[in-house]
Amino acid sequence: MRTDSELFWDSLGPIVLGGITGTIPLAVVSFVIGLAIALGIALMRLSKVRVVSAIARFYISVIRGTPLLVQLFVIFYGLPSIGIVVPAWPCAVIAFSMNVGGYAAEVIRAAILSVPRGQWEAGYMVGMSSSTTLRRIILPQAARVSVPPLSNTFISLVKDSSLASLITVTELFRVAQQVAAFSQEFMLLYLEAALVYWVICLVLSTAQGRIETRLDRYVAH
Amino acid sequence: MSPTEPVAEAVLTVRGLHKSFGDTEVLKSIDLIVRRGTVVALIGPSGSGKTTVLRCLNGLEVPDGGTVDIAGELSLDFSAPVGKRALASLRDRSAMVFQHYNLFPHKTVIENVIEGPVQVQKRPRAEAEADADELLRRVGLLERRDAYPFELSGGQQQRVGIVRALALRPELLLFDEPTSALDPELVGDVLSVMKELADESWTMVIVTHELEFARQVADEIVFMADGVVVEHGTPTEVLKNPRHERTRQFLHRLLNPF
Repeated sequence: MRTDSELFWDSLGPIVLGGITGTIPLAVVSFVIGLAIALGIALMRLSKVRVVSAIARFYISVIRGTPLLVQLFVIFYGLPSIGIVVPAWPCAVIAFSMNVGGYAAEVIRAAILSVPRGQWEAGYMVGMSSSTTLRRIILPQAARVSVPPLSNTFISLVKDSSLASLITVTELFRVAQQVAAFSQEFMLLYLEAALVYWVICLVLSTAQGRIETRLDRYVAH
Repeated sequence: MSPTEPVAEAVLTVRGLHKSFGDTEVLKSIDLIVRRGTVVALIGPSGSGKTTVLRCLNGLEVPDGGTVDIAGELSLDFSAPVGKRALASLRDRSAMVFQHYNLFPHKTVIENVIEGPVQVQKRPRAEAEADADELLRRVGLLERRDAYPFELSGGQQQRVGIVRALALRPELLLFDEPTSALDPELVGDVLSVMKELADESWTMVIVTHELEFARQVADEIVFMADGVVVEHGTPTEVLKNPRHERTRQFLHRLLNPF
């Protein structure tokens, strides 16, 4: 019979490994794709063409108005019934990135709107097109204001990625669940999983602070 | 311009420029001719439309009527909708200095200046930087080339704004109340740079409230009120011997604020 402390240390390796090979890649890949979706949706939302803007509003409304778990289940368990079978990991990436796309779109839209109109005009004045102005002048400035809210989105995503365990994706929480089921030490294992999530999020918060400092270099303090 | 000099060709010819914002008619048929190497000052009460004229010339506002010709090589008729390309061709030939500078805050001074030449005009970076350094040296800011705009005073930022416009090598320089946002003691630095440019025969259109500066530097003064050109002429004609009551009222109020 192993003591609690032996079980803790023996299971820490597999749980951390589940974090490194499961949770973090899942969160990072979903976040990157999600940001691309979000930028597209934000630009659609800002479009003067009513239909385009309405489509973006509808997307955001659906994503924010339905539980992430339900979105995940629709994709993993729902799609096969209409003949579309996608493996678990891609399913999780699709669900999470679409989810991030909806939430981050509003952040990015607000950040773009926070850049003064004169910056667009200065871009046009030096001869840039609107897409060049957006890329070289507006987005770099919008990035600075959107780092804190987008960091929140990413940290939430890291924690929400535990839902992927429910569609059989091997990640941090699923490893903890398996060890718990085997050892019957639920309290210990789930607290251990919580601890590892917490440490990951602490690291991310520190990284957020560094990025903010770096992007603040051109702002008066 | 003295009458004995030959009349220079018109760099800019504006005819019947018209612009409404919703139901408000901001410009009601503006005519304006700017000859090569001359300085035209647009003066008038706020809301008279002078800034809108300038913004139309840089394609930042799209007029809904009238024509704009630049140096006989570009001719735009705004009575029909014009495309983005037409507005871009307008911007290719003019450069603007903004009231609030509108420098790119995330770029250093030198990056601000070469952004247009390198990114848009596709000039080699080294060449653009050398030109920019020379321009910065002339306005006394070469040693601040690697500073960010927030590290500069308003007067320094506006001089960078002027250099950014010059670096585009425009035919026409447009100034939108370039000293209105500045602390009084910083106005002189900017005006003296502008005076030098005038002496070097840059073609300039300046919207300004600095009447004394306009008197000294402008070849022609255009007085606008309520979206029309009330009168125009040499500084002496308009400022000393205005023909219209509206001009006299404006000058009186500006010279006797209390």
